[in-house]
Amino acid sequence: MTDTLLSVKNLTLNIPTGSGTLKAVRGIDFDLKRGETLSIVGESGSGKSLTSLAVMGLLGKSIKRQADEMRFDDVDLQKANRRVMRDLRGNRIAMIFQEPMTSLNPAYTIGDQLTETLLLHRKVSKAAARARAVELLEKVGITAAESRLSQYPHQLSGGLRQRVMIALALMCEPDLLIADEPTTALDVTIQAQILRLLVDLTREMNMAMILITHDLGVVARVADKVAVMYAGELVETGPASEVFAAPSHPYTRGLLRCIPQPGKTERGAPLGTIPGIVPSLIGDVSGCVFRTRCAHARPECREAIPLRGDASHEFKCVHPDGALSEEGEVA
Amino acid sequence: MSDVLTLDGVKKTYSVKQGMFGPRKPLTAVNDVTLSLGKGEVLGLVGESGCGKSTLAKLLLGLEKPTSGDVLVEGESMATLDRRGLAGRLQPIFQDPYSSLNPRKSIYDIISLPLRVHKIGNTASQTKAVKDILDIVGLPQRVMNTYPSQMSGGQRQRVAIARALVMKPEIVICDEPTSALDVSVQSQILNLLGELRREFGLTYLFISHDLAVVEHLATRVAVMYLGRIVEEAPVAELFEAPKHPYTKALLSSVLTPEPGLGVPETALGTAYPNPINPPSGCAFHPRCPLATEHCKTVAPRPIQTEHGRVECHLHDPESPMTRQDAA
Repeated sequence: MTDTLLSVKNLTLNIPTGSGTLKAVRGIDFDLKRGETLSIVGESGSGKSLTSLAVMGLLGKSIKRQADEMRFDDVDLQKANRRVMRDLRGNRIAMIFQEPMTSLNPAYTIGDQLTETLLLHRKVSKAAARARAVELLEKVGITAAESRLSQYPHQLSGGLRQRVMIALALMCEPDLLIADEPTTALDVTIQAQILRLLVDLTREMNMAMILITHDLGVVARVADKVAVMYAGELVETGPASEVFAAPSHPYTRGLLRCIPQPGKTERGAPLGTIPGIVPSLIGDVSGCVFRTRCAHARPECREAIPLRGDASHEFKCVHPDGALSEEGEVA
Repeated sequence: MSDVLTLDGVKKTYSVKQGMFGPRKPLTAVNDVTLSLGKGEVLGLVGESGCGKSTLAKLLLGLEKPTSGDVLVEGESMATLDRRGLAGRLQPIFQDPYSSLNPRKSIYDIISLPLRVHKIGNTASQTKAVKDILDIVGLPQRVMNTYPSQMSGGQRQRVAIARALVMKPEIVICDEPTSALDVSVQSQILNLLGELRREFGLTYLFISHDLAVVEHLATRVAVMYLGRIVEEAPVAELFEAPKHPYTKALLSSVLTPEPGLGVPETALGTAYPNPINPPSGCAFHPRCPLATEHCKTVAPRPIQTEHGRVECHLHDPESPMTRQDAA
């Protein structure tokens, strides 16, 4: 199936604050097909988590959401009322959060928490729900799954808790899984195992995934499509292979130069940096938001910024080549 | 190269209660660690959470006393050094710049506190020292009268570095100094640490779980597993020819930004052993793909390699495993 599962057009999120409206997310578009993995990458405060919460309908009441279109399969997310959203969440759209330590309820057993979702959304018996829980715990690589059901979260290690979170998200076989920094709190060895598990499961269940992360290594290894987010805007989107082979926006190239890359970066040599800080998003935000930190900024960067590239690999920059020729080197 | 910091058979055992009324059991967090840091070296210390990295850092800072063994700072035993003498030679930089700075104190107060505690110089010379150190870490002098809450994460970490360096220490213990920072800020801090080291001949113990960062900054690397250093070697040797199966597994799980390679299979299993009941023989044997019966019963001894050492029967010329291979 190649039909579009999730389509978001011109999504804008405004947060009223005491000193004006904070334009946290401004006019972003993305879509996702069944079985596809989209990775939203960006630094803290870029709006990547807010974007995923907007899809889930979990934004705080004060945040104003506007969009030309927000469609999940056959559901218009903008018109959906609370009951429709409740039916979607945990059932057809599931989410994994960053902190496996805090997102499980310490007062309930693993078994109670796993079966709750299924009992809520499906007409199944308790025994069938428990059987499904055991099946999924085994699938995510937990040994002695039967006995784990009666354990409490504090009895499990961080890696195991994150596996339980994944099993929990998969209970109702969702069409879309949103994973917000699922491996940031884990050790590298466990990180590799969890990511591998997620990749295998998305293939096996033909599940779409939005993976939110700041780790470019994770993005490169897991994502089909990449969306680079900076200060509330998507500055570059495209297939992972193209974005990493030919990063077009100066910010994307800057990010890649900031991380030491074994075999590419000389040991001990200075790393690339992005000078300056993210500008305030309160008040009038226009033109290219990255211009205050960009080495190739020009007066016309204050104006509206054209979208360049072809439909599959797009970037926003006044320079037709994203200022690549000005840099004189390939990132 | 003279050694500025030496750990000689250092062991730290805690007594841990099992449950509310359970008996106390010993937990060996650092088990017979012998390490030395030469002047100007950067020793990267890597390992999974719970392996004893942070306990080792606490021992080095004098915040914990070793159960046995000794820590020598420039040849002097830590037990004989007073805290003031130690503070002049050894300073820490911690992971989280949001919780390691007092929010009620101005940046000037934070950076000058070590000088005031140790009664070094008068107010005028302390102010000058603070101004100089702010220049060095790349912060404008006007931040002196601001508070940590007015600063970004990167600026706070620069303040933490300034506070550590104002005492002009020889050795800086960096415990995950960049893991709470964004990548663009991380690279600035790593560059700063590299510059400071070259300029002042500093010696770093650099604790991190990010192997790409360790490879970039360290000159030597020690790999820790369940309280023991299982492999130690110069950075190029360790990353290009890892010897211990655990080192190999760690390196294979690093995700470089190369699309198309997929996520590697580590074959380690999830189960990090419980340090209260460590496995018999080689502590790594339950997760080791190459483990044999011999590994389950006999603990490996440290074997000298060309420029380092490794604790694994596969590299011990006298273990039955290598002798069988030869036969």
